[in-house]
Formats: sequence, structure tokens, C-alpha cells
Amino acid sequence: MNLGAKRSGIAVLVVIGVLGVVAPWLLPTIVTQLAFLWLMILFAVTWDINGGQMGYNSFGNVFFFGIGVYVCAVIQRDSGLGYYPALFVGTALGGLGAAIAALVLGPAILGIRGHYFAIATLGLSIVAADVASAWEYIGAASGMTVPIFPGAIGDRNRFFCYLLFALAAITFLAARALYRTRLGLAMNAIRDNEDKAEAMGLHTTRTKVFAWCVSAFFLGAAGGPVGNLVGFIDPRDLAFAGATFGVWMVLMAVLGGKGTLWGPVIGAVIFHVTQEIFWTYLLGWQRVAMGLVIVVIVVFFPTGILGSLSRTRRAETVPATTAKSAP
Amino acid sequence: MSNLSVLIDAPILLVQLVASGILVGAIFALVAYGMALVWGVMNIINIAQGEFVMLGGYIVFYLAGAGVQPLFGIPIAAAVMFVFGFALYRAVIYRIVGRDMFVSILATFGISILLQQLANQLFSADIRTLPSGLPTLAFDNGMVTIAGVKIVGFVAALVVGVALFVFLRYTRIGRAIRATAQNARAARVLGVDTDRVYATTFALNGAICGAAGGLVAMTWFIQPYLGLTYTLRSFMIVVAAGLGNLPGVIVAGSALGVLEEAAGFVLGAEYQTAFIFLLLIVLLIGRNALLARQRKYLR
Repeated sequence: MNLGAKRSGIAVLVVIGVLGVVAPWLLPTIVTQLAFLWLMILFAVTWDINGGQMGYNSFGNVFFFGIGVYVCAVIQRDSGLGYYPALFVGTALGGLGAAIAALVLGPAILGIRGHYFAIATLGLSIVAADVASAWEYIGAASGMTVPIFPGAIGDRNRFFCYLLFALAAITFLAARALYRTRLGLAMNAIRDNEDKAEAMGLHTTRTKVFAWCVSAFFLGAAGGPVGNLVGFIDPRDLAFAGATFGVWMVLMAVLGGKGTLWGPVIGAVIFHVTQEIFWTYLLGWQRVAMGLVIVVIVVFFPTGILGSLSRTRRAETVPATTAKSAP
Repeated sequence: MSNLSVLIDAPILLVQLVASGILVGAIFALVAYGMALVWGVMNIINIAQGEFVMLGGYIVFYLAGAGVQPLFGIPIAAAVMFVFGFALYRAVIYRIVGRDMFVSILATFGISILLQQLANQLFSADIRTLPSGLPTLAFDNGMVTIAGVKIVGFVAALVVGVALFVFLRYTRIGRAIRATAQNARAARVLGVDTDRVYATTFALNGAICGAAGGLVAMTWFIQPYLGLTYTLRSFMIVVAAGLGNLPGVIVAGSALGVLEEAAGFVLGAEYQTAFIFLLLIVLLIGRNALLARQRKYLR
């Protein structure tokens, strides 16, 4: 990529950064929706780390998010620390716990490929949801409540909005940095042909587990703040919400264009705005419409927005190359 | 776990679990066979499989409300779901045949969400049961009880299975379906209208699920969100048995039924589904690990 594109990329980052800081003050009525927008971006970017860049299409990454939610809530309940220390320790440990789970499960589960991997991870998230709604220690099916925020409700929402913005920004920058390293290239090689990558001497299992740990860490870290923002942790509707968050993260990445840096971000923004409109205007029928949207996106735009854009642009200007459009 | 000692003290209960498990396993096997058919012929994993079962269940439920005996409702549900499957193929599925497996999984996942939310809106989220009116059989002074409806379900599943076997074996379109499964391109060269074969296969799968749904409604209960468990059960059975292996599907279905009954009894009902999915993961990892010795993997 040339210097101009690089500069414009940084300019976009700066604009988004300024927007993220200013928006909660400009639009105080939609702070919660904004917080969820950052969460959706984080979801899509973390999914794309192993789904798009490495070709391991997981349907169960919400598993790591749920671990983060519960670890943070348990620490806030049992550690005896003050509000902010408990929250930050819980968030960090939530991320760490999720990463450890990925480290332990990774070698076995990442050995499975293709659609078998997709279904195995789907099963994983459902097992977690079932166990969480039967385990008394974490409140079973009746869920958990989180400590009350020391301050006004508006301050609370703004605080978590900023926290999630920071997490999403760190996640995006980390993914951006990761894709530029040799490890990022190794992930792409695994996506393109795992057997050949291994024959070339790449440690495929190590690479795969590492990438899974990275996305698990950020998902787990996002869990704590989201649990606190919502205020009530339901095992099936918030923590291990496979039918909503779990599918959405796949869909957002696909919608924007999987395997690209900006695709998941664009997909998440479009998806979230659409979804908010559905929630407002299609009372009761919004989830039906969501199913329809999934089918339409997948059937008609399988390469996503960036994928179809880059295809037409490439056809017009340069002869087709196999390189993807990462900066 | 306290029930484990009960089981050790009274081994006769084991007979109950095994008998009941084998009987309900036939229904699982039926749904799994439909999935294997679509998978083998069209190379699509239908995540909406369980939702077809759910819809079949609701059809029989509402027919029973209109005064139709549930057992007669089952063929009607199968016919309706046949048409539904055909229409769905013409609307969406034909676009994803031959595409990447990821596309088909995600697309049928979307269909599954669409159908379950639609059912939730139209039929409400209440759990519905269908009293079968059949007596419960008791053996050995009531130590072993088998609900009559489970035996009926078992027999009905066998009848559907045999009918399907005969259909695929001896009819012209059945032969075309098998030819397409073996080699779609060669079948096309030899004049088989593969598009029609795909449509028939998908419609047939709908009919199988519709019949199974009626049996599910009679044996247990139906509600809009039960689909995914049936999809994953079917997937598990197909992975264990392999594609195009009807006896294997029946054995795996029965084994799953027995394991599930035993797990529900020993661990408690709240862990029963968790157990099924854990079993699925273990099965996938185990089979994959066996293949990894020869540097192969599940595909």
C-alpha cells in the first residue's frame, strides 16, 4: 500500500477517536446504544481474527464473552474490593480467564477443521449456557446482579461507554498490529492452505491457539463492563447469548467483508444501526426480520461490502492478484 | 449424582432407561437420516433441521385441536412439510447448493432463527403438549414403565424409515437421488435433472422432519426454541454413523437415546442438554484425534 492510503487510514482512525470521545456528550440520549456499538465492533473484530484471517469460522466465540461476564461479576461480588478496583481487576481477570480457557481448549478443538469446527464451537457455547443456568454458585437460571454504580445513572452509562470505546479501540489496534507481523501472515497461510503451511515449517497449532487466545482475551475483557452496563446477568440472554451475540459477530464480519481489517468495523456499524431501527419500529417482529436479514446477507453478499467493492475496483484498474486488500 | 447409587441398588431401572432410550432414539434417528440425506446429496448441513421438526409438531398440535387424531395428523404434517421444503428450496436453498459450506451453514442458521422467531410470534412461547390418550405399560410390578406413545413413536419411525429406504431403492427418482449423491456431475451428464433431484431431496427431508415433529409433540412437548437441540443431535448421529449409512444411523440414534435417558436420570434434567453437547464435542475431538494419527482430519 502506498503512503497516501496509509495517511488516510491514520486520518480515519483519528476522526473515529475524536468521535468516540465527543459523541457521548453530543448525543447524551443514545449513550447506551453507543456503548453497544463499540461492543459490536469489538465482537466483529475479534471474530474476524480467527474467522476471517485464519479461516476458522467459530460459532461459539460468545463462550469467551460469557466467561468474562461471569468472572468479573464473581470478583465484584466476592473480592471485597471497592467498586472501581473490583471492576478493573474483574475486567482484567475476565480477559485472562477467557484466554486461559482458549489456551486449554484450543489444541483439541482447533484440530477440528471446517464445518466440524463451526459446529463444535456452537456446541461449546450451548454447553456453557446450560451449565451457567444450572450452576448455583453463579446464580443458575435466575442470573446475577452487579454492584450499584457509585454515581448518577447518566454518569454510569457514559463511564461504561468510554470503557467499551477504549476496549474496542485497543482491540482494533491490536488486531491491526497483529496482521502486520509474521504471525499475521502465518494465520493467513493457515487460512489459504493449512497442510501446505505446516509443510513449510509453520507451527500451525501454536499459531492457531495464539490467535484464538487473542480474540478470547478481548472478548473476555469486554464481558465485565457489559455485564455492569446492563446491570443484570442472564446466562442465556446476555452472557452466553448464542442466538443473538454469537450469530451477530459472525454476521457483522461477513457483512462488512471477512478477512479485511476495516470490514468487520463497517459491518458492525451498519448492522447495529439497522438493528436499532428494527428494534424501534418492528415491535415484536424485530427478531424475525433479523433472521431474514441474515439469509439475505449470506445468500446475496457472501463476500461482504468491502469484498464486493474491492472486486469491482480490482476489475477496473489492476489485473487480479491474490493479495487481499489489507493496508 | 445421588441417583447413581439408586441405579446401582436397583439395576432394573437400567432396563427402563435402556428400553425407553432405544424407543426415543428411533425418533432422533429419523431426523438424523433426513439430515444425512440432504448433507450427502446436496452437501448442505441444514441447521434449520430442528425447526422443521418444531413446525411439524405444531401442525399436528393444531390439527389435534381441530379434532384430528394425532396419528392421522402425522401424515398430514409430513405432506405439508414436504410442500414447505419444496417452496424453501425454490426460494432460497437452490442459491446455496454448491457454494462454500460456511455459506450454507450461516444461511440455514438464518432460516432457523427466522422460523423459530416466527413460531414464537405466531404460536407464543408456551410449552405445548399433546395428550396421546395411550396407556402406559407397566412390567415387573411397576418397576419398569414404558409410555405407550413411545412404542407407537418407535413403530411409526420404523415405518417411515422403511418407506424411505424402499423409495430410495426402487423408484426412479430415488435412483436419481442416489446417483446425484454419488457424483452430481456424472448424473447431470447422463440426463438427470439435478435441480429437480435437489428439490425433491429437500422436500423429502421436510416431510421426514414433519413426521418426526408429530412424534416429538406426542412423546414430549413442543415449543419454538427446541429446534437447535434436534439439529445438533442429528449432526452428532450423522458424524458418528457416517453419511448414507441407515443401519449406522439407527444404532447411533438408539445409543444417543439411551445415553441421554441415563444422563438425565443420573445428572438431573437441567444438565441433560449440556451433556448431549459435551458428548458432541468429545465425539468430534475423539474422531479427529484418531484421524490425526494418519495425518488426516474430519472432512
